[in-house]
Amino acid sequence: MDIRDVTAPAERITMQLCALYAQYGYRKFKLRKFEEYDFYAEYRSFLQTENILIFHDLSGKLMALKPDVTLSIVKNIRDDSPAPQRVYYNENVYRASGGVRAFKEMPQVGLEYIGAVDLYAMGEVLQMAARSLKLIAADYILDISHVGLASGLLGETGLPEHALSGLSACIRAKNVHGMLELCGSYGVEKALQQKLVRLCSLYGACGEVLPALPELDVNAATHAAIAELTAVCEVLRLAGCAGNVRLDFSMLNDLSYYNGVIFQGFLPGIPSAVLSGGRYDSLLERLHKRGGAIGFAVYIGLLERVEEAPAPYDVDTLLLYDETVPLSALLEAVNTLTEGGRSISVQSAQDGGLRPAQTLRITKEGGVCRAGLA
Amino acid sequence: MQDWLNIALPKGRLGEKAYGLLERLGCGCPQMLENNRKLIFENEATHVRCFWAKPSDVAIYVERGAADIGIVGKDILLEYEPDVYELMDLGIGKCSMMVAGLAGTQLTADKTLKVATKFPNIAARYFGGQSREIEVIKLNGSIEIAPLLKLSDVIVDIVETGATLRENNLEVLATIQPISARFIANKAGYKFHYAQIEALLQGLRAILEEKL
Repeated sequence: MDIRDVTAPAERITMQLCALYAQYGYRKFKLRKFEEYDFYAEYRSFLQTENILIFHDLSGKLMALKPDVTLSIVKNIRDDSPAPQRVYYNENVYRASGGVRAFKEMPQVGLEYIGAVDLYAMGEVLQMAARSLKLIAADYILDISHVGLASGLLGETGLPEHALSGLSACIRAKNVHGMLELCGSYGVEKALQQKLVRLCSLYGACGEVLPALPELDVNAATHAAIAELTAVCEVLRLAGCAGNVRLDFSMLNDLSYYNGVIFQGFLPGIPSAVLSGGRYDSLLERLHKRGGAIGFAVYIGLLERVEEAPAPYDVDTLLLYDETVPLSALLEAVNTLTEGGRSISVQSAQDGGLRPAQTLRITKEGGVCRAGLA
Repeated sequence: MQDWLNIALPKGRLGEKAYGLLERLGCGCPQMLENNRKLIFENEATHVRCFWAKPSDVAIYVERGAADIGIVGKDILLEYEPDVYELMDLGIGKCSMMVAGLAGTQLTADKTLKVATKFPNIAARYFGGQSREIEVIKLNGSIEIAPLLKLSDVIVDIVETGATLRENNLEVLATIQPISARFIANKAGYKFHYAQIEALLQGLRAILEEKL
């Protein structure tokens, strides 16, 4: 029996993910469960939730159970080293649940790469994301986009903030008819409308979508985004991950939080993204830290529903004994039968609910035979 | 082997119309329109699985991934704002989200407006956009009775022909938004059934263009 048999899928995946990140030089970053509320209030625009669970500590100070991990890591990380800081975490965050009006503890495992983010760094983090997903299911999908493409095109419309938020909502929903209606009502020129439609409709492997991107190149922002995406796709091709990578520009995440490549991971049978991340240099800037940053989180809570083939049995051996068996003989038999990590359940009577691979009985002479045999 | 494509359809006339479109594209399921007690219908040949759901639940089935795609009224999308892809306006089930009240009602801003509706979020957004103070009275059906019995000043509801309003001395006071049926997809399901869903969309576009 290996560790796979005694852990729930989510716990096992958590351990495997932590081991993967450690293998690539990421150090564990352990956080306390709460921060002062003022910290989150100041950087509220960088939080991915409106709701914060607050309480008073013993001195009356207002505290908050952490709704986000990245903010705390960036606040506490050193930025005076010439080398990048690679960290991973296994933490719980506290956010309002989507379905009911209540807070929920949400386990997350993730990593952050903080420092000078070059093409290798972006490729490494995206590879880590792809490998994280592959650990769970071989037929994963990693969607990639670039904030510069959508923000560059939306910027060309010259529309006010409230109108842009409507257009962003249409892009997120791949709602072409709604976008055309909105663009029409604001008098956006036809050629730009078509580019926005193309932006939210394009979906596919890098090789299929990249050739279509020059038609969306309208300014310096889109130009830089296309160049960076092309380079990142090439890194992923060289790393052997390209088969599961798709480009999807309807993924906007939060345009104020992210500033470069953004990505989301999907697994068959799970209805929403299980992994989300991207480049977030602007958060470092706000916290007066030097360098850039890129990272992602895996939403472990969603993995409870990962379907696995049910184990054929609960335990390797069920060993039955009675009061005539000397204790020394019983202990010796248990030691022998658990060699090599095999599992055992020692009982004086049959357990109808247990599914053992084999059932043995120990005799009063200390011998072991199949149960039922003399 | 190809995975099953799960399709949620709204019970009622709109659902039957939408199912007709799917059937024309070879995505029908035997017994779907028969009078029986089956809940889920499968087409082994195309690997399509259809089921009827309460119209307001279709978006939930799709958002939660129990259905990969669904057909739902824009009213439901506006009210519940599910995190789904809204891939096509099917142009069927056309009606409008309206503010209505007793004939001659003036939407004056001198008092808190009592609004009876099945769509509290749409009503709150609409009147909030006009900086109007309202009191929402959530009802689940027969909304038109509310102003007649002075339960509310106005109603926010979908209006198709306006016949019920006219017969009860009610009239449209303002139009909030046109409504029609939308083709929606779960965001993860769309990626894993991309080819199947895109083929369906292409077929639907062709049918709709034929009609124009």
